[in-house]
Amino acid sequence: MEVLRIATSGSVDDGKSTLIGRLLYDTNSIPQDKMEALHAASKRKGLDFTDLSLLTDGLVAEREQGITIDVAHIYFSTPTRKYIIADTPGHVEYTRNMVTGASNAQVSLILIDARKGIVEQTYRHFFIASLLRIPYLVVCVNKMDLVEYSEARFNQIVEEFQQLLQNASFKAQDVAFIPVSSLYGENVATTNGAINWYQGPTLLDYLEQVQFDHADSIHPARFPIQSVIRPRTTEYHDFRGFAGKVASGHFSVGDEVISLPSGQKSKIKTIEQFEKQLDTAQARESVVITLEDEIDSSRGNMLVKTDQQPQQLKEIAAQICWMDAQPLTPGKTYLLQHGINRVKAKVQQINYVIDVTNYQQTTDKTSMGLNDIGKITVKTASPVLADPYSVNPANGAFILIDEFNNTTVAVGFIE
Amino acid sequence: MTNQINWEFPQALEDEAIYILRETAAQFEKPVLLFSGGKDSITLVRLAQKAFYPGKIPFPLLHVDTGHNFPETIQFRDWLVDSLGLDIIVRNVQDSIDQGKVQEETGKYASRNALQTVTLLDAIEEGKFDACIGGARRDEEKARAKERIFSVRDEFGQWNAKMQRPELFDILNGKINIGENVRVFPISNWTELDVWNYIRREKLEIPSIYFAHEREIIERDGLYWPYSEYLNTTAEEVPYRQKVRFRTVGDMTCTAAVISDADKLEDIIAEIMEAKISERGARIDDKRSEAAMEKRKQAGYF
Repeated sequence: MEVLRIATSGSVDDGKSTLIGRLLYDTNSIPQDKMEALHAASKRKGLDFTDLSLLTDGLVAEREQGITIDVAHIYFSTPTRKYIIADTPGHVEYTRNMVTGASNAQVSLILIDARKGIVEQTYRHFFIASLLRIPYLVVCVNKMDLVEYSEARFNQIVEEFQQLLQNASFKAQDVAFIPVSSLYGENVATTNGAINWYQGPTLLDYLEQVQFDHADSIHPARFPIQSVIRPRTTEYHDFRGFAGKVASGHFSVGDEVISLPSGQKSKIKTIEQFEKQLDTAQARESVVITLEDEIDSSRGNMLVKTDQQPQQLKEIAAQICWMDAQPLTPGKTYLLQHGINRVKAKVQQINYVIDVTNYQQTTDKTSMGLNDIGKITVKTASPVLADPYSVNPANGAFILIDEFNNTTVAVGFIE
Repeated sequence: MTNQINWEFPQALEDEAIYILRETAAQFEKPVLLFSGGKDSITLVRLAQKAFYPGKIPFPLLHVDTGHNFPETIQFRDWLVDSLGLDIIVRNVQDSIDQGKVQEETGKYASRNALQTVTLLDAIEEGKFDACIGGARRDEEKARAKERIFSVRDEFGQWNAKMQRPELFDILNGKINIGENVRVFPISNWTELDVWNYIRREKLEIPSIYFAHEREIIERDGLYWPYSEYLNTTAEEVPYRQKVRFRTVGDMTCTAAVISDADKLEDIIAEIMEAKISERGARIDDKRSEAAMEKRKQAGYF
């Protein structure tokens, strides 16, 4: 069964939580006791309907304020697919959570309130979906019931959004528009006929038919070594296997590989998945690889195919999103973690900070604050075995870690 | 839409969990796997076995025994440890009570569920464990839906929901300050159904109380409570025999039974798909308030 990951984002009142609640409700994903708790909680709030949004706002502070602060993960499945929704807050103060939630998504779901049309947050969400190169973007024009299910209004919003697409940094994104009423369940999982001028799929139908052939598997083969398995038991006395998850591409028995950074070459002898022997390991599979020759490789090294080598970067230009309350200061050293590898890194320069609503670049910035997005140049203590994010996302991103309090302060996308 | 049963386990979830376990072993000095005897921790043991095969699981199991466990769970634990040759550390809530660190609850809802947090934190400190691997899943409960894969806890084991580290892609930052530790949740993205389908696919043994069996129960607050010497009952609460099973394994004082004839895995899975009650709905400890789990997590519960 396939797993499809969706990131949702929206503004405070555009009904995102209600939409998700509706999706769960209409796919029979809410057990009766949770439904009863929802009825009771809605009543306590003085509502005369069951507020499906209460399903997802999990923290006490969120329930008090009626907003989503952190990323919540929500699960449902249909007979063919398992869905994971990363539900993220739409406020500008929570841009970092939005980036976090979107980082694993194949589909970005943007909500627009039919009455309000495109607002500042729509630009931000769209910018992030482009920055992260999420393959599918679905725009749900919600609250259609409040604009009398007007086709003209829907078309107007679609047109406005098309303008936005002109600026997109990621042209290959597949974009769809769906008119929806989450409150009445129109075009979420079913159609009740209120939007008869719309012939396209419901949101759920759309999600069910999204094709994702793991683009990772067409990318260059990358196998970061997580650890070396050497049991030294009588049975496996000479066993020496490299444990890891294929980051991208695929590896087959007999493939010629090179271990970086040492540059030693060998051939793949076996690919093992517990007691099973595989012929090929695909992207995202966790396996153990053994080689024909005894070569000196350990955690942090990377196996690649001889004809598809990554760059070895000591100076990195990258777009980043700053995620910490303490601002980024050029000249300060951080730890840069690329995949499983950490190296010391010094931020050389802030090239620009970008206004995500109008793509304006400010080039004279001396620091970057929480939720700022921009481009920086970083120098690393040792080479990073990376690909440009636009070429191979699975090997093109990194995080920056504060050396003193160990928190994750930024995410970067290598240019 | 009708609930068709999908028996297929999404393989991506196993690959992700194995990756997380390998990162845990590599990034921390002293990881430990928190073992409860329930299906989620049994799943974790299987994943750990696969992650390091043909090597041994490079960390021990830790079981906090409340003393109110189902005897079937303890028997199962001992069998599993024995058959896989695992290292296990057992710490008892009774010792924390005897040391005067915690006080036994009183009244008819008395349970040791909250008490075990103290025993757990003591065991973490004593063992100097810097990573505790747990079987919590985000689909279980609203506060857990916000949990990270690597979730940093302070010296007092507390979870600060508003100060969580951003977690991007599959990049796991396990760097911590002295005194802090990390709770690791490899099966965060699994649902209850995923766990059952995995147990079925891997042909894993589980404690017998998951299957329908006859036992003495009482009715209270619309739930079926297992009758035992640990449960404080009133005169009106008369135990009677009934065929039941348990959907989750906690203490005998805080886990409700469901009436069921399901004695095969397939029947259990079918039952879950049709079930009217959520998994944690059978956990009496969650019913205390809407924010019960969030509060316990802040206090160091896992």
